[in-house]
Amino acid sequence: MKAHLSRRYLFSASHRLHSEEMSTEENKRTYGKCNNPYGHGHNYIVEITVSGQVDEQTGMVCNLADLDTFIEREVLARFDHENLNTLQEFSKEVPTTENLCIQIYEIVHRGFPHAHLERVRLEETMMNSFEYTGKSS
Amino acid sequence: MVYLTRKAEFSASHLYHNPAFTPEENRRIFGKCNNPNGHGHNYTLEVTVKGEVDPRSGFVVDLKQLKEVMHREVLDAMDHRFLNKEVPEFLHRIPTTENIAIAIWQRLATQLESAKLHRVRVYETPDLFVDFYGEP
Repeated sequence: MKAHLSRRYLFSASHRLHSEEMSTEENKRTYGKCNNPYGHGHNYIVEITVSGQVDEQTGMVCNLADLDTFIEREVLARFDHENLNTLQEFSKEVPTTENLCIQIYEIVHRGFPHAHLERVRLEETMMNSFEYTGKSS
Repeated sequence: MVYLTRKAEFSASHLYHNPAFTPEENRRIFGKCNNPNGHGHNYTLEVTVKGEVDPRSGFVVDLKQLKEVMHREVLDAMDHRFLNKEVPEFLHRIPTTENIAIAIWQRLATQLESAKLHRVRVYETPDLFVDFYGEP
């Protein structure tokens, strides 16, 4: 039988929303406080949902230890306590939570072989969250 | 179509162990969850049903009936129990969160009168949960 497994992880990072393609005025108008040149930070919660057949032998969609190890190595180690604007991943795009959500989706989709990635949900604050389910949807 | 979700909490102990595996395999695959004395969680259950709103009652489902079914089929059977030893489904199947969600679905699906079961979500901790939609 097919089940969906979701796991939530916390990381903290800073960013500044600023586009090189916009004028100073346009940046201020578009991003408001998020355009502060010194940046600001959030405690992000990333929720990873994978799906698959529940293995008869283990009772699991995938081994949680494999998922935790992968997310810690490929997502948390990359983004936790970093300034997102300084990372290679955001050298060409604005580190909005939309873009960060897509980046995390791509990392897991590309690199995690043990279950099917259904969705990445990223909470920037308790009030804002973003979801990405891949290109086709 | 309207979806209605009812929550409940139960606390239970379990352990992960497959007698077909060697002791080393059990420890490697299941880690701390393989402790033979078991360990416990506060589970949160979310049951979502769907249906058309009845024009006379304005209800998708009689919540009182849903509550009673959840109490009888799930809480009475699993709350403050050792799942491996006291719940028939888990005498020969590992009580992982996946299998708990499936067992709860199977217990509820036949008991609901008007509404159709849409999703069973089981939180093992606030950071780990499983959704089951009745998919084969």
